[in-house]
Amino acid sequence: MTLIPLGIPRRLLEFTIDGEPVRAPEGSTILDACRSVGKDVPTLCQGDTLAPKNACRVCVVEVEGSRTLVPACSRKAEADMQVLTDSERARHSRKIVLELLASSVDLSTTPEVAGWLKEYEAKPDRFGPDAARLNEEPKVDNDLYVRDYDKCILCYKCVDACGDQWQNTFAISVVGRGFDARIAVEHDAPLTDSACVYCGNCIEVCPTGALSFKSEFDMRAAGTWDEPAQTETTTVCAYCGVGCNLTLHVQDNEIVKVTSPHDNPVTHGNLCIKGRFGYQHVQNRD
Amino acid sequence: MDLRFGDSKPTDEERAAIDTLLGPPESSWEGADRSDADLRWARGGREARERRDLLLPGLHAVNDRIGWISEGALDYLCRRLTVPPAEAYGVATFYAMFSVKPRPATVLHVCTDLACAAAGASELCAGVEAGLGLGSGVSVERSPCLGLCERAPAALAIKAGDPVRTAVSAPATVERAVLAASSPDSAPEEPPAALAVPQAGDPSLMLLSRVGVVDPASLDDYRAQGGYTALRQAFAIGPAGVIREVTDAGLVGRGGAAFPTGRKWQATASQPDRPHYLVCNADESEPGTFKDRVVMEGDPYSLVESMTIAGYAVGAHKGYLYLRGEYPRALERMEHAIGQARARGLLGDDVLGQGYAFDIEIRRGAGAYICGEETALFNSIEGYRGEPRSKPPFPVEKGLFGKPTAENNVETLVNVLPILTMGAQAYAAIGTGRSTGPKLFCVSGSVDRPGIYELPFGATLGELLDLAGVRKRLRAVLLGGAAGGFVRPDELDIPLTFEGTREAGTTLGSGVVLAFDDTVPLPRLLLRIAEFFRDESCGQCVPCRVGTVRQEEALHRIVDRTGADAASDIALLREVGRAMKDASICGLGQTAWNAVESAIDRLGAYE
Ligand SMILES: Cc1cc2nc3c(=O)[nH]c(=O)nc-3n(C[C@H](O)[C@H](O)[C@H](O)COP(=O)(O)O)c2cc1C
Ligand code: SF4
Ligand code: SF4
Ligand code: SF4
Ligand code: FES
Ligand code: FES
Repeated sequence: MTLIPLGIPRRLLEFTIDGEPVRAPEGSTILDACRSVGKDVPTLCQGDTLAPKNACRVCVVEVEGSRTLVPACSRKAEADMQVLTDSERARHSRKIVLELLASSVDLSTTPEVAGWLKEYEAKPDRFGPDAARLNEEPKVDNDLYVRDYDKCILCYKCVDACGDQWQNTFAISVVGRGFDARIAVEHDAPLTDSACVYCGNCIEVCPTGALSFKSEFDMRAAGTWDEPAQTETTTVCAYCGVGCNLTLHVQDNEIVKVTSPHDNPVTHGNLCIKGRFGYQHVQNRD
Repeated sequence: MDLRFGDSKPTDEERAAIDTLLGPPESSWEGADRSDADLRWARGGREARERRDLLLPGLHAVNDRIGWISEGALDYLCRRLTVPPAEAYGVATFYAMFSVKPRPATVLHVCTDLACAAAGASELCAGVEAGLGLGSGVSVERSPCLGLCERAPAALAIKAGDPVRTAVSAPATVERAVLAASSPDSAPEEPPAALAVPQAGDPSLMLLSRVGVVDPASLDDYRAQGGYTALRQAFAIGPAGVIREVTDAGLVGRGGAAFPTGRKWQATASQPDRPHYLVCNADESEPGTFKDRVVMEGDPYSLVESMTIAGYAVGAHKGYLYLRGEYPRALERMEHAIGQARARGLLGDDVLGQGYAFDIEIRRGAGAYICGEETALFNSIEGYRGEPRSKPPFPVEKGLFGKPTAENNVETLVNVLPILTMGAQAYAAIGTGRSTGPKLFCVSGSVDRPGIYELPFGATLGELLDLAGVRKRLRAVLLGGAAGGFVRPDELDIPLTFEGTREAGTTLGSGVVLAFDDTVPLPRLLLRIAEFFRDESCGQCVPCRVGTVRQEEALHRIVDRTGADAASDIALLREVGRAMKDASICGLGQTAWNAVESAIDRLGAYE
């Protein structure tokens, strides 16, 4: 029998979301509470296994008595809070944030964003043809993964995953300031000259496709990437005895990338270079 | 932690700069040459890692000595402190005063901000560049406000070396700025701080009473002028008594946010978690603000004394003075004052023989307005990028190094001295019901006598401008700095109180009063404000990082347009501005659109 640690029971907080009473355990975020009652709030930078950085601000909601809007992904619910998830004010900010982002970076591989742009009637074009964009060329400097910062929304998730929250390698950081801020390794060197150990954990958490497997990048370039045609199979990594879970993404009988389930109690989505990238031998059929 | 350092080595000079700060490395684990002993023992990085907060001083050490920070120097500093090089690179590239690319040893920062722009900064820049000529060994950098607005236009020369040399030129002419840059040692001395106080010597002054009277280098003189009576009073009534007095006096913060100081101190003092910290925010980078500089230059011991009192009240034994990197003279005066106070038992293990231990450490900023935001300031001291943290938790609960922290502005702190010497009641009788005490105003722009003015809260804007000798054909007044708002010449009866300005739909902010006559092209001014925020955004959150850029672009498009031609861009500005106000993480993004909005609404800037 598997024992599931329950922890000490938590007090239930009572408050309202869009006028309806809700109860959520102490310590939950507004987002947790919203999701538990089936309310959808869009999120971009929030990650299930990382401390919220609340940088994108697309999840903002209105909280009675608060001067500004608050990020649902990180603000803890409090007793008697009155939360409005879909007020005109919140919708306005979300729309502008989506417009600002879509006008400055390439969101074509960010899941769900196309739908939100429609839903909020965002018109990223209205800043004119001269609106500053990132316009970065993809950095292809190794055989395992590609950094295409033209798609980066600066959510800080890769930095947190590479640093003290997951991998403890600290190969990448945010450098520069303001609109010029970028993710980079020390001295802005190629990845191969950095501390990177190619665990790929940063790719695992990247919400926009700014970080991707070289295999995916090449197939997209060739027009052969076909996600709906892919199957996903979760298995146990065969390299060592830790028992990490691998999810193999297979297209046309070839492994095209490897992810790892975040709810796995052993790895929480973390892998090492072998589990993440060392799959060629499987498809070596000679 | 699994750190990897590159192969690049520091030069001897870079190594010496770092070793002077940190002491020589003890083993090859820290960057010394490998010895036999090193092969037999491994030292973990914990001890060094706990010195992460020395990263910013370390970057300063290299930048001061060499003028820029090379790969080898950065890697060596990282090895010494067990800081990942990628993170240190992220920190080094955050600050405007550092460069990670080679540049000449001398940098001349020429202010191009509001007061200086109105006083001819762009001609100055062009003249200086032409005057220095190519290959001069000087890099001319356009700078945001240098906090010398009363002497606009201003320039600051920094010549790397051992020791680093600085020279201020203000008001700057092309010749004087060129001289400051080419030979900082022979540049004429700055005028005394009292020259920035047109009321100097006026017996009604409380906060500025000693500026120009006391010798800023002499602790004895300070004591002879009544110094340290407030601290004695504090010891007599105890920490709770001090907090009660400050609360009863109705003191609210002068750094811009106007938060009640007594409440902040009480909340910090009552936290069970230890240690507690006191932080004095002397970052003062709001364009148009220079009051904290004048206080520190003219009466440095008053700040040492008030920080000691504040530390005592909140139960802190250590105070940090976060001092803006562009203030060489304030730095020198504060270093001297702190040293003297320590030598005389007014700081240290046993302050005034009362069994209370307190000391002050100065931390220099390195050119980042955002580091004035209270939580960004903590990150900066701790050796991280100066990005604001999200609140809650608030600093009184988790502040510097994650510990309960009271952070106050310089002006706020020095108000504690009269509160304790005259008593809360008498202090509260000054000013108005909800804005009590004296207030410092930084007046500059189109006035005959720019400088710091001290008036009781409640004087009107017109009265203040009369004192400063406002020039004819006033077109607009910017209240509260770039994050504040414009008012019209027919609104000069606005009372200068927190509630009065709020009622008038504007803000007092940190006390900036920038006057512009009708020779100043308003759209250019607004463009400069937008440019300032775009430059100074930390980049963490989308509404501010991208919003400030879109704002500047729209203002560029309409710089020569009015009426219907500007209407669609103004509508766009309003929509973006509203989201920036509502959804940005910190005060920078939340206020970045205020001044432009007020210029459109109150001044009809594009009509
Ligand atoms: C972008 C930004 C810049 C700031 N700069 C300063 C500053 O230079 N000096 C200062 O005292 N407060 C500054 N503040 C306000 C501080 O965050 C904080 O409120 C203040 O130091 C608290 O001190 P007080 O209560 O004594 O006013 C700034 C705030 C923001 C949002
Ligand atoms: S692959 Fe791993 S080590 Fe390399 S940058 Fe990504 S998270 Fe860091
Ligand atoms: S690369 Fe991806 S994970 Fe990293 S900051 Fe950009 S969007 Fe986020
Ligand atoms: S509002 Fe601007 S300065 Fe503040 S956290 Fe966001 S990006 Fe940084
Ligand atoms: S998802 Fe909440 S701020 Fe990004
Ligand atoms: S010093 Fe130039 S505007 Fe303040």
